Amino acid sequence: MHIVVCIKQVPDSAQIRVHPVTNTIMRQGVPAIVNPYDLYSLEEALRLKDQFPGSRVTVLSMGPPQAETALRKAISFGADEAILVTDRAFAGSDTLATSYALASAIRQIQQDMPVDLVFAGKQTIDGDTAQVGPGIAKRLDMRLLTYVSRVDSLDLERREIVVQRRSEGGVQVLKSRLPVLITMLEGTNEMRFATMPNMFRAARYPLKVWDKDAAGIEDVSKTGLKGSPTIVSKVFAPTPKTVKAEIIDTESNNPKDIAVTLLAKLFTRHPNLQAEIGKRS
Amino acid sequence: MSEQTQQNAPARKPAGRRKAELDPRFASYKGVWVFIEHERGTAHPVSWELLGEGRKLADRLGVELAGVVMGTPGGDTRRFCAEAFRYGADLCYLVEDPLLADYRNEPFTKGLTDLVNTFQPEILLLGATPLGRDLAGSVATTLQTGLTADCTELAIDMENRSLAATRPTFGGSLLCTIVTLNYRPQMATVRPRVMSMPARDEGRSGRIVEHALGMVETDIVTKVLEFIPDNLQDKPQLAFADIIVAGGRGLKKPENFQLVWDLAKVLGAEVGASRPIVQSGWVEPERQVGQSGKTVRPKLYIAAGISGAVQHRVGMEGSDVIIAINNDPGAPIFDFATYGIVGNAMQILPALTEAFRQQIATVKLAG
Amino acid sequence: MDEKFDAIVVGAGPSGNAAAYTMAKAGLKVLQLERGEYPGSKNVQGAILYSDALERIIPDFREDAPLERHLIEQRMWVLDDESYVGSNYRSDEFNKPPYNRYTIIRAQFDKWFSQKVREAGALIICETTVTDLIMDRTRVIGVRTDREGGSIYADVVILADGVNSLLAKKAGFHPELHPKDVALAVKEIHFLPQETIEQRFNVGGDEGVVIEMAGKITQGMVGTGFLYTNKESLTIGVGCMLSDFKQQGTSPYALLEQMKSHPSIKPLLAGGEMKEYTAHLIPEGGYNAVPQIYGEGWLIVGDSGMFVNAVHREGSNLAMTTGRVAGETVIELAARKKPMSAANLALYRKTLDDSFVMKDLKKYRNMPEILHGNHQFFTTYPELVNRAMHTMLTVDGIDKKTKEREVRQDFRKKRSLFGLMGDAFKMWRAFE
Ligand SMILES: Cc1cc2nc3c(=O)[nH]c(=O)nc-3n(C[C@H](O)[C@H](O)[C@H](O)COP(=O)(O)OP(=O)(O)OC[C@H]3O[C@@H](n4cnc5c(N)ncnc54)[C@H](O)[C@@H]3O)c2cc1C
Ligand SMILES: Cc1cc2nc3c(=O)[nH]c(=O)nc-3n(C[C@H](O)[C@H](O)[C@H](O)COP(=O)(O)OP(=O)(O)OC[C@H]3O[C@@H](n4cnc5c(N)ncnc54)[C@H](O)[C@@H]3O)c2cc1C
Ligand SMILES: Nc1ncnc2c1ncn2[C@@H]1O[C@H](COP(=O)(O)O)[C@@H](O)[C@H]1O
Repeated sequence: MHIVVCIKQVPDSAQIRVHPVTNTIMRQGVPAIVNPYDLYSLEEALRLKDQFPGSRVTVLSMGPPQAETALRKAISFGADEAILVTDRAFAGSDTLATSYALASAIRQIQQDMPVDLVFAGKQTIDGDTAQVGPGIAKRLDMRLLTYVSRVDSLDLERREIVVQRRSEGGVQVLKSRLPVLITMLEGTNEMRFATMPNMFRAARYPLKVWDKDAAGIEDVSKTGLKGSPTIVSKVFAPTPKTVKAEIIDTESNNPKDIAVTLLAKLFTRHPNLQAEIGKRS
Repeated sequence: MSEQTQQNAPARKPAGRRKAELDPRFASYKGVWVFIEHERGTAHPVSWELLGEGRKLADRLGVELAGVVMGTPGGDTRRFCAEAFRYGADLCYLVEDPLLADYRNEPFTKGLTDLVNTFQPEILLLGATPLGRDLAGSVATTLQTGLTADCTELAIDMENRSLAATRPTFGGSLLCTIVTLNYRPQMATVRPRVMSMPARDEGRSGRIVEHALGMVETDIVTKVLEFIPDNLQDKPQLAFADIIVAGGRGLKKPENFQLVWDLAKVLGAEVGASRPIVQSGWVEPERQVGQSGKTVRPKLYIAAGISGAVQHRVGMEGSDVIIAINNDPGAPIFDFATYGIVGNAMQILPALTEAFRQQIATVKLAG
Repeated sequence: MDEKFDAIVVGAGPSGNAAAYTMAKAGLKVLQLERGEYPGSKNVQGAILYSDALERIIPDFREDAPLERHLIEQRMWVLDDESYVGSNYRSDEFNKPPYNRYTIIRAQFDKWFSQKVREAGALIICETTVTDLIMDRTRVIGVRTDREGGSIYADVVILADGVNSLLAKKAGFHPELHPKDVALAVKEIHFLPQETIEQRFNVGGDEGVVIEMAGKITQGMVGTGFLYTNKESLTIGVGCMLSDFKQQGTSPYALLEQMKSHPSIKPLLAGGEMKEYTAHLIPEGGYNAVPQIYGEGWLIVGDSGMFVNAVHREGSNLAMTTGRVAGETVIELAARKKPMSAANLALYRKTLDDSFVMKDLKKYRNMPEILHGNHQFFTTYPELVNRAMHTMLTVDGIDKKTKEREVRQDFRKKRSLFGLMGDAFKMWRAFE
C-alpha cells in the first residue's frame, strides 16, 4: 500500500506578533513547526504502515526551501520518502492553486507507485481554511473523508475502508473505496517519539526537491497568484479592545467581600443575568 | 488565504486595488445564497444566522436572498424552506432525493454544483461547520472559484459589487479581508455563533424552486453504515450554553478544578477549560474553548486561572459578560474581560460560589 | 545500532558549535546532539558578540552572520533610586571595520552558526537529550540519549551542555553548583521602530550602544543590569547572584519590572512592545570554580566549565575559544593517532592556561568574594555618588566650598574614611 501524507510547515501561531507600525506579521524568531493537525494524519498513516507491512509512506509538502525541516521531521517519525515541491511560480497561491499544485505532484508520485490513500491535515493553523484537503480529493477524483476520528478497518483486497467521521451531534460510520483522501480529527491519536536510528536517517535523508516541471504542472497559470481567485485585500491586527476589565477590589481585599461587590455590580448592570441565574435555581 | 508564504513577509502581499475585470461569462450571476445545513431533522442554527447576514448583503446589492435546502422527499425539507422564509429568504432552491438522507460528500457536491451552474448566484454562503467546510471546499474546487474560510465579518464593496470577507488567521492574531474579483460565485464559510440570530417573522413566506439531483445510488461509492449519536445527556453542550465557568492552568492541580465544577453547579452552568487542561486530561476534549476547541457565546463566562492567550480568546470573546480571575494583574485576559478580580482563584472561586448561592436563595425567597 | 564517531559534542551553544565546527572542518566524523528544538531555541535572546573569538573560527563570519549593530559607545551608569551618575565612551575608532563587538539575537545567531557546522560536515541531531555517558570503567566511550536505540559511540565526548551540566554532575566530573557561584539573569526584548532607536540613542546605520548599570537597581544584591540596542529592538536585563535572590526573596521578574520603571530607563523603552521574558543562569564563580575540564575520553567547554568573565560580561567568547581549543586538541591527537586519554587531553588545559581565557579568569579570581562581602558597592556607594552630584549641580545660593564639605561629611558618615580606603584597596587588588 502506498500512502501520501500532505504536510505543511507553519509558524507557531502562539508566538506570532504583528508589527505595531506596519501591521505586518513579524516572523523574526518565530519557530516554524509542522502544522499540528497534520501530525494526526501522519501518525494514522504510520499506524496503517505498521499494520500492513511493506507499505510505503511518502510525505509531500509545498512551500519555500525551509520547509525541508518539516519533511525531515516526518522522516524521523518513520515516513519512507519526502518530496518538497518548491517553485517561485507557486508564491501567493490560495487554496485552489495549492490543491492544484499538490494534486499534480501526487499524480507524478503515482507514476512511481500507485497511491491508495492520501492524508491531509484537518486544517492548518496559519491559513486555517480546511480547504486544501477537499480540493486535492476533487482534483484527483478521490473519495473524500474529512474529520475522521477513527479508521475502523481497511481491506486492501476489496479496496474498502471503513471510518468514523465526526458530524454534528454524532459520528457517521462510512464505508468507501480506495483511493480515498482522509483528514483526521485532532486528538484522535498521539504522534510517536522518533527512534534514534530514524533521527539519523532523517538527518541524512536526501530530500527530493521538485520544481514546477518535476511536479508535473501542466498549466502554470493555475498556480501562484495568477491561479488564485481569492485576493487578500487587507491584513490587519484586531483592534485591541480599549476598555480593559473593571478590576473589582475592596479595601479588606478578602475574597468574600470581593465576591459580594462583584455580584452587586453584575446584577445592577446586567439585570438579565439576575433573571437568567434566578431561573436556574 | 496564502499557502506558500515567504519567511519574514506579510502572509501575502495585500493586493490593494488590484484591478480585475469580471469575466463576461459571470455577468449574469445574481443573488445571494445561503446553504441551509440540517441533519436528522435539525437545522444548524448557523443557517439562520447566515440568512440574517445574507439579507443585509442582498439588500445592499439589490438582489434576492435564497436558501438552498437539500434532503429527502417528504422529510423536513419543506419545513426548513418555510423556516428560511421566516428568517429572511425570498426563495428557496430545493433538491429532494432519497440519496440525500444523510450527508455524503459526493451527492451533496454534485447537487450544489449543479444548482450553482444552473441558477448562477453571485454569492454563496455556508456555515463553517464540519459539513459546511467539507462541502464548500469540494464545490469551490469543482467550480474553480474562490472560497474564503471561517469568516467573522462580511461586507459588500459597492465599487465592484464584491464580497469583502474578513476572517482571523494565525490563530486569531491577525485579521484579513479577502475578495474574489473575477470569479463567481464568491464563496465563504462563516463561523457559527459570530453573526447574530435574526428576528423570526412568522408572516413571511416565499417561493420554492425545485431541482433534480440526477444521481442513482450506484453512482455513489461512499455508504453510510451507521450513525452513532452523541449521548446528549453526558456530552457537554458548550456551544449553546448561556453560562460557562472555565478553568485554566492557574488552578495548578486537578483537585482544584473541582472548584470550577462547584461554581458551575450552583449556576447551572457548563464547564469549559483552556487547552492545557484538556491536554492534561482533567476534562474531556469537548470542553476546550478556543481556536482548536469550541467557539462559545454565553451570556456569562467566568474564567479562572486562564491567561487569555489569543487562541483561547478567539473562542470566547463574544461572550456578553466576562469575569476573569487571575493572580497576575498583567494577564492578557484583563485586556478584554468585563470584570477582573486580581487574586488567587482557589480562594475567589469558593467565595463566588457562596455569594451566588446566597443570592439565588434570596431571589427564591422573594419570588 | 552501530554508529561510531570520532567525536560527539553535547550541546549546540557557542561552545559546542565552535568545537563541532573546528573538528568537522578538519575532516573528523562529528556528531552533535542538542536537546532543543533547534540550535538556539533554548538560548536567551539578545547578547553581545565579541568578534575576535569567532574570527579565529570563521574568519569571514561578517559576510552572512545575523549581526544586529556594531557597538560604538559604552555607557556605565551608577544608579540611585531616581538618578544616575554615568560615564560614556564613544569612539569613531569603533566605527571602522572590522568591528570589534556586535549585538546579536542569540536564537538567530546560534541557528546561523549551526548551519555553518552542518556545512562543515558535522551531523547535527536536535530534540535529543543526552541522558548518560557510556563508560568503559573510567573511560567515556559514548553517550546514551532519551530515544529508543539511542547508544552512540565515539573516541571523545565534548560536554558543551551549558551551565548546570547535569551530565558532568552525573558522571562525577563536577560538583553541585553553588548558589554563590551562579547568577540568575533575566532578559526581555522590547520592539521599537528602527528610527526611534536611532534617535533615542544618538546612533545611525548599524551603530549601537551598550549601557551597563550598577547600583540601587539590584536592591542591594550583587549584580548588574544592562541594555543593548539591536536593530529593531532593545535587550534589557538584570542579573544577580542566585544566593542573593534566595536570601532576599526577591523575584527576578519583580526586580526587572522595578528596574524598567526607573525614571532614567523608562523613557528609553517607552512605546516598545515587550516580546519575551527569559531567565537563565550564568556561572560566575570565576577561576576558583573552574572544575576538572578533561579526563579519559572527555572534555568540558563553555559555561559547563564555568568559563565566564563576570566582570566584563564576557561569556560567549570564552565559550567559543574553549570550544575551538578543545576541537584543535582532538584534531592534533587524532592526526598523531594518539589515544584520547587524560594524559593526552591535558594539552587542552595547558593551551587554555596560556591563553587569555585562564589569564583573565585568574586576574579576577578574587572578585566574587570581594563583591559578596561588600554589599555597599551596590547600595551605599551609588547613593553617595548620586547625592554628591545632586548637591554640586543644584544651584541654590550655597557656595561650592560648603557643598564640598557637605559631600565629604556625607561620605564619612556612611562609611569611615578607613572603610573607604579599605574598599578602594580591595577593588584595586581584585583588578590588579
Ligand atoms: C495551534 C494552537 C491552537 C490552540 N488552541 C487553543 C484552544 O483552542 N484553546 C486554548 O485555551 N488554548 C489553545 N492554544 C493554547 C494557547 O496558546 C495557550 O497556551 C493556552 O490558552 C493557555 O492556557 P491557560 O491560560 O490555562 O494557561 P497559562 O497560559 O499557563 O495561564 C495560566 C494563568 O493562570 C494564572 N494563575 C496562576 N496561578 C493562579 C492562581 N492561584 N489564581 C488565579 N490565577 C492564577 C496565571 O497568572 C496565568 O495567567 C492553542 C495553541 C496553539 C499553538
Ligand atoms: C542574561 C545573559 C546575558 C549574557 N550576555 C552575554 C553577552 O552579552 N556576551 C557574552 O559573550 N556572553 C553573554 N552571556 C553568557 C553566554 O550566553 C554564555 O557564556 C554562552 O552561551 C555559553 O555557551 P555554551 O555553549 O557553553 O552554553 P549554552 O549556550 O548554554 O549551550 C548549551 C547547549 O547545550 C544544550 N544541552 C544541555 N544539556 C544537554 C543534553 N543533556 N543533551 C543535549 N543537549 C544539551 C542546551 O540546550 C544548549 O543549547 C550571557 C548570559 C546570560 C544568561
Ligand atoms: N503547502 C502545502 N503543502 C502540503 N500540504 C498542504 C499545504 N497546504 C495545505 N496542505 C494540506 O492541507 C491541509 C489543510 O490546509 P488548509 O486548507 O490550509 O487549512 C493541511 O493540513 C495539509 O495537510
